[in-house]
Amino acid sequence: MTIGLGHYLTVSSVLFTLGILGIFLNRKNVIVILMCVELMLLAVNINLVAFSVFQGNIVGQVFAMLVLTVAAAEAAIGLAILVVYFRNRGTIEVEDINSMKG
Amino acid sequence: MILGLESWTLARPEIFLAAVTMLLLVYGVVRGEVATPFVSVATSMALLVTAALLFVPYQEGTAFASLFIVDRLTTTMKALVLIGAAAAVLMSRAYFEQVKAWRFEYPLLVALATLGMMLMISANDLMALYVGLELQSLALYVIAAFQRDSERSTEAGVKYFVLGSVASGMLLFGASLIYGFCGGTAFVQISRALLDGKAAEIGVIVGLVFVVAGLAFKISAVPFHMWTPDVYEGAPTPVTALFAVAPKIAAISLTVSVLMGPFKPLFLQWQQIVVVAAVLSMALGAFAALRQQNIKRLMAYSSIGNVGYVLLGLASGSEKGIQAIVFYLAIYLVMTLGVFATILMMQRRGAMVENVSDLAGLGKSQPMMALAMLLFMFSLAGIPPLAGFWGKLYIFIAAVEAELFIPAVLGVLASVVASYYYLRIVKVMYFDEETEKLDRTPFGINRSVAFVAALLVTVFSLAPQPLSLIAAAAAKGLFP
Repeated sequence: MTIGLGHYLTVSSVLFTLGILGIFLNRKNVIVILMCVELMLLAVNINLVAFSVFQGNIVGQVFAMLVLTVAAAEAAIGLAILVVYFRNRGTIEVEDINSMKG
Repeated sequence: MILGLESWTLARPEIFLAAVTMLLLVYGVVRGEVATPFVSVATSMALLVTAALLFVPYQEGTAFASLFIVDRLTTTMKALVLIGAAAAVLMSRAYFEQVKAWRFEYPLLVALATLGMMLMISANDLMALYVGLELQSLALYVIAAFQRDSERSTEAGVKYFVLGSVASGMLLFGASLIYGFCGGTAFVQISRALLDGKAAEIGVIVGLVFVVAGLAFKISAVPFHMWTPDVYEGAPTPVTALFAVAPKIAAISLTVSVLMGPFKPLFLQWQQIVVVAAVLSMALGAFAALRQQNIKRLMAYSSIGNVGYVLLGLASGSEKGIQAIVFYLAIYLVMTLGVFATILMMQRRGAMVENVSDLAGLGKSQPMMALAMLLFMFSLAGIPPLAGFWGKLYIFIAAVEAELFIPAVLGVLASVVASYYYLRIVKVMYFDEETEKLDRTPFGINRSVAFVAALLVTVFSLAPQPLSLIAAAAAKGLFP
């Protein structure tokens, strides 16, 4: 069996769905949410690279490089914000992030 | 040949802003905290100079291998964003000094976010769109949590970050599908592929839905609005003022140029989504704000409602609709800045207060401030002949001409409901017994911004014609 574009797309959509589900079902801890966001971006990268290879067009790989770079910056900023939040609250449980309601 | 001189001259406002920001960053790092007043003023001046550079000399075209486009619509939107950002930086000083978070990083982060907004407004390619959007978002996440010893501000930062990155992820997933099925990321390529019959492919439709969902998050349209009230309430007030104007206008401009540009061939598909989002946003903006006590939270719901009206203009898909959007956004910018300048003057015994009930008795104790607030509230409620009324009128005319009768009627009804909570603020100011007077703030930036905003609202109310001509010229950018 040859591995075609469809297989890559299936893997990436499964990963993306897992990422989204992880964010919305997760009731524990914000770090897990950060990991799920990374999972979503990696799914996108698989998509981009697979399309790029199967179309013989380099744009997708360039795009994937940009996504990787931005994902790194995003993770850094997310962790920094979490550290600041932890200093104030002493917890990063998702259920505790509820001081504003209405 | 690839990057001719023309690319650099077309992007000169962005290049100027980036260079000045970097210089000021170095200056701030070298001088430390004492540099803050200078960096703050210099940043807002740089933002205004950037706005001037957009027009002298005015140029159109695409640059950097058509990653970047400049036309009348992008130029007008950038001018609105820059004015909003400059005013937000100017207005921030008193607040941050009071909460002891007056640092030079704040104006610079605003400048970087504004740079991202300008890039995304000018994006002509999915990659440029993504990079601009992320530059904006990453700076804004930090700004939301800027008051770092405050529990509410950091919580706003966490919420904004998590939901914002989910939105970026969805947008990106949609972008990757569209790239795959259309064979390119340039807007021109996408629209050509769609016209060549790719429009029916399921991958393209799924991609479009993801992209629209991601954009709806960024403009806080229902059902992707849930972060807005919390972030607006929790973030420091000058930051909320910024969030309510600059990123919102930029994201709306991006939505307009994406949907009316490459995805124009899929108009019938996205029109349904946009109509539903518009009606839901108008309704939620009207009903959820009714029981709000915190004025920042109330303004968050108000901004959700306003996005609904803008989306209604977009759903009409006509040149008139785009003209109405530009007109509406210009007036929204002025009114919102005015309201937030007034909110920033609400202090009691030297501490900021932000409840609607704190305004009680303002009509007697500070008649000018109350009068300005009254003007903004009447205008936001859309009471003729104030500026906000003209904005809504143009939107509804465009919607009716596009035969969106039911959404237009629902919009009018929602605006009737919404006028209740705007008028409640007026009632509290003029008819409620005051408990304890608000401090009389010394004459300063916030008072001047509120005054200029009130003046502009009056001018736009009496003479909406010039502004509507500017909006018409801007709309021509999409309909050459």
